[in-house]
Amino acid sequence: MSETRFSGPVVELKHVSFAYHGIPVLEDVSLTVDHRDFLSVVGPNGGGKTTILKLILGLIKPTGGTVRLFGAPPEKARHKIGYMPQYTSLDPLFPVSVLDVVLMGRLGRGMSFWRYSRTDRRRAEEALERVELASLRDRPFFQLSGGQFQRVLLARALVSDPDLLLLDEPTSNVDAAIETGLYELLHRLNEKLTVILVTHDLGFVSHYVDRVACVNRRLLTHPTCEITGEMISAIYGSPVQMIRHDDREGTGISHD
Amino acid sequence: MTEFIGDLASFSFLRYALLAGVLVSFACGIMGSYVVARRISYIAGAIAHSVLGGMGAARYGEVVFGISWLHPLLGAIVAALLSALVIGLVSLRAREREDTVIGAVWAIGMAVGILFIFKTPGYNENLMSYLFGNILMVSREDLWLTAGLNLLILVTGLVFYRQFLAVCFDEEFVLLRGLKVQAYYLLLLCLIALTVVLLVSVVGIIMVIALLTLPAATASYFSRRLWQMMGLSVIFSVLFTTGGLALSYTPGLPAGATIIIFAGVVYLLVAGISFALGGRRFIA
Repeated sequence: MSETRFSGPVVELKHVSFAYHGIPVLEDVSLTVDHRDFLSVVGPNGGGKTTILKLILGLIKPTGGTVRLFGAPPEKARHKIGYMPQYTSLDPLFPVSVLDVVLMGRLGRGMSFWRYSRTDRRRAEEALERVELASLRDRPFFQLSGGQFQRVLLARALVSDPDLLLLDEPTSNVDAAIETGLYELLHRLNEKLTVILVTHDLGFVSHYVDRVACVNRRLLTHPTCEITGEMISAIYGSPVQMIRHDDREGTGISHD
Repeated sequence: MTEFIGDLASFSFLRYALLAGVLVSFACGIMGSYVVARRISYIAGAIAHSVLGGMGAARYGEVVFGISWLHPLLGAIVAALLSALVIGLVSLRAREREDTVIGAVWAIGMAVGILFIFKTPGYNENLMSYLFGNILMVSREDLWLTAGLNLLILVTGLVFYRQFLAVCFDEEFVLLRGLKVQAYYLLLLCLIALTVVLLVSVVGIIMVIALLTLPAATASYFSRRLWQMMGLSVIFSVLFTTGGLALSYTPGLPAGATIIIFAGVVYLLVAGISFALGGRRFIA
């Protein structure tokens, strides 16, 4: 929600390929994400989901093709991303309070010298209210439940007023009720900003998501309604039991 | 203990030792908390051991070539900073071989030191004080130097508190926010290296890791936030250094080792009680 919003696509991958030590991880991937899209990137572990995420964040460079974030190279524009990492990547015993963690999202461009400003603190508290954790602001990190942990990281991603919210496995280690709550929150946030989430959990592909990008070295995107059993087995390489409520002819799309 | 307090008035070396212990406790508590929170005590260990190389080389230059300004402390500072930068760059660039490089810096630093000390003419009483420390030998000049280094570490460590905290907690996120993560991480390691040099004079190369980490590790059981851990570990560090010094005085025990045993016993007691209570922490 910065002053002047970029009018082109938020994320644009053109014929992107990536190889890790000579082993291809992604091949000829093209993807366009527009303003206020809600895209879910799914696929098996090792299929290249994390690679796509790191390419968008500019943490790695593609071996071929181009990646554009708000029309610019990712390193130039990634401060507009609110990023929520996988929570397993953090040390649960680290001595920080909930507010400390959220305030980290205020670091970077135009930050105040040596200590956080009053505005920083107010924004951090507002972000905590949005994820309904205002009452836990002084709670140490190691006393949080899995769901609270995730919401603190979401608040930290929101506190910098991002244009794009990028979430890595936001529902790992949380139960179904919390997952639904998180989904509703993301849906509300999606009214103003673009959301991309990466998950290996197909159950997360709920009716809030507009589009699903299936990644297994190659990438195919589908409107959510077109997900079928054949597609899932094509992605995961093995048949998956799935009940099809709307088994009509013509909607089944298979890969390749 | 009463003898120690009585002799404080009459012997300046005791007052210097006491003051040195209190002074280093500030740097020790603050940087030690970063080390414990970020779980990099093995990096501090490698830096500490590499210091012997710098001290040995400087002493060799001083004795053999008569370069009078080449004080072993200067060698220690150069070696510590160099090791910190080497380990830091390797850990930032090539994560998977970090432990090997840490081990190499650790051992090569010691080997270089031993060779220089072996080749330095005359009797080497210095080797023992490098390895095991000698807080009772602290001079007035040493104290000024300690105070200066300490101030530098304190001011830098506190001015960049937010950045260091964030880099230690979640490097990747801070990088995405546009902060120079590599520069902050290297600066943090350099400050840790300078702290290690300060602590070498108190407890010696071998026991530095213990003095750097035990006060912070003990404090972690009572803290919710990093700055609380820092404040408490400064207090624990003052307690351990002065207490250890006082305890060692009457029986004539080595001060460094007594300080470490004192710190270790308190830490193990706190950790043991926490473990017995099902891993709880003692915070309100």
